[in-house]
Amino acid sequence: MTAPLTTQSSRSASRPIGGAQGAWLVAEREITTRLRSKAFLISTGILLLVVLGGVVISGLISQSGGFGSPTQVATVAGSSSAQGDALESAGFDVTEASDRAEAEQLVRDGDVEAAIVPGGDTPLDLTVVALESAPSDLVQALSAAPAVELLEPLGTNPLLAYIIAFAFGTIFYTTALTFGTTIAQSVVEEKQTRIVEILLATVSARTMLAGKIVGNSILALGTVIAILALASVGMLATGQDLLLGELGTSLIWFGILFSFGFVLLAAMYATAAALVSRQEDIGSVTSPVMMLVMIPFFAIIFFNDNPQALGIMSYIPFSAPNAMPMRLYLGIAEWWEPILSLGILVATIAVVIWIGSRIYSNSILRTGVRVKLRDAMKD
Amino acid sequence: MIDIAGVTRSFGERRVLDDVSFTVEGGRMTGFVGGNGAGKTTTMRIILGVLSADAGTVSLDGATLTPADRARFGYMPEERGLYPKMQVLEQLVYLGRLHGMSAAAAKKSAGDLIERLGLGERGTDTLESLSLGNQQRAQIAAALVHEPSALVLDEPFSGLDPMAVEVVLAVLRDYAAQGVPVLFSSHQLDIVERLCDDVVVIGDGRILASGSREGLRAQHAGSSFELELEGPAADAGWVRDQPGIEVTTLDGGFARFDAPDAAAAQAVLARAVQQSAPGTSVRRFAPITPSLAQIFKEVVR
Repeated sequence: MTAPLTTQSSRSASRPIGGAQGAWLVAEREITTRLRSKAFLISTGILLLVVLGGVVISGLISQSGGFGSPTQVATVAGSSSAQGDALESAGFDVTEASDRAEAEQLVRDGDVEAAIVPGGDTPLDLTVVALESAPSDLVQALSAAPAVELLEPLGTNPLLAYIIAFAFGTIFYTTALTFGTTIAQSVVEEKQTRIVEILLATVSARTMLAGKIVGNSILALGTVIAILALASVGMLATGQDLLLGELGTSLIWFGILFSFGFVLLAAMYATAAALVSRQEDIGSVTSPVMMLVMIPFFAIIFFNDNPQALGIMSYIPFSAPNAMPMRLYLGIAEWWEPILSLGILVATIAVVIWIGSRIYSNSILRTGVRVKLRDAMKD
Repeated sequence: MIDIAGVTRSFGERRVLDDVSFTVEGGRMTGFVGGNGAGKTTTMRIILGVLSADAGTVSLDGATLTPADRARFGYMPEERGLYPKMQVLEQLVYLGRLHGMSAAAAKKSAGDLIERLGLGERGTDTLESLSLGNQQRAQIAAALVHEPSALVLDEPFSGLDPMAVEVVLAVLRDYAAQGVPVLFSSHQLDIVERLCDDVVVIGDGRILASGSREGLRAQHAGSSFELELEGPAADAGWVRDQPGIEVTTLDGGFARFDAPDAAAAQAVLARAVQQSAPGTSVRRFAPITPSLAQIFKEVVR
């Protein structure tokens, strides 16, 4: 029994692996398992279709009127060339018609939306001819209006701000919830099937936790990048490049803050899930974490026009991924603010992972009833 | 050689292991037997480092076990489990790589094991689609895939049909023959008896008996013998008249008796050989060795 052991050690192909390598193997398994799951592929496909649909529809709406392409107007030659020039400089697309009949015909054919012909009951001595309703911007341009002076003008369209708040919130909410639940399920699966005992004989609980967080964060970030890329391409293709340009920096910061924010949530989901041993119990144990995802989602929608609330939210780690890009878009954040917010986020992650890995290590082998948080914190 | 020395462990107020000491020799199969809740699983978990001991040490060839040593152990826990929705081959490769094998080596080892354990065509099936017996084989493959330097198997034979038991037995014997220490627990005492070289009996958290199978049997053999005579007129009735001998069973040419010492038993044999009636010969003369089940009952009591 003395001699064979030396031959044994040379025969064995296995050797201890480092923590990083082990974590990466765990992460790799998380990713490949998920990418092969039909349910995951289908739901991601649907999500991407919804995003694409949203971009295309918003493109169509903006093109068919409003602030998209210029309103086409016909003027009658000779009426007043100064009038035509004024309209053109106000952003209208002006077509010359020789007389009133021809102008009317252009309106009927749909070549222009309205025609301006001389004559009329008002002191203006002009008549706007249109099919069903007169374009309000044209009427406004021709009307006499009092001068307006705004003391604190908003740089951005409030409706657009609302839509962007909603979009950031939804992307964060959907992705965090989907992948948070995924990581929780994967933790419980290992606990429920007891494979965790085999794994723990090889790698440490911390390594496993790290691998799970890394794997799912990569998946979540990948999904977000796919969504943003698809939305950007969609915006360019539908001629909304103006909006894309305004969003630039916010989008980048959204990506950065999202990835760190997700790591935070993933750590919390994994830790919570380690306390239970059955899939059925995931819901109850992860609901406090879910609150931390849902509250910022509603808060960003309600407070998208409240600079003070946004300011506070952009420093709270759970709402920072939504609120900070929003403030950047609105132009009410200094350049150093997202960096500070990121710092706070990273510090929070460190604390949460420190506590989380302790709870995870202490509860991962305890099957049966739910482990009490107090017991899990004890050594 | 794995050396477990003075291992003690309590869960709360309850002491589940009390000064547990025994050795698992390299190249030998060691059976670990004990009733439910005797402490088998806890001991194995401590050897693997899944649980920590309150006191005592586990060492390999004289040096305290390190996580690096343990990573090279093969372990099959009592609570069976692999990923249900993952392909068999794939999870074996994954486990091999977690143990530090290269992807290619893990793949080769997993493929060989699957073949060897009779799971040949099932390699690409998901675990949950396998029958329970085949899941069990996959579980054994999971413990062996990284060519471990020691094997610790908790109830490796439960749930296997007799044919599968033979297959698994052959694989484990091969490992032991390569010099690997193999420790396995089982409730099936007949299998332990047939298979293992050494036996460790645990009861109520304490080691009740340990040693080689033959040694244990001899130790518990007492002083009973059996004599069987062959021939048309075989009659062992005369054994009763031998000095000091107490016959417990007598049936024609067969006698079972207790002897006060070896010399008295020897005298019986000598007489049987020399003075038997013509046409009668000695077919068998042997000390009665208790079965493992009997020893187990005795020491546990």
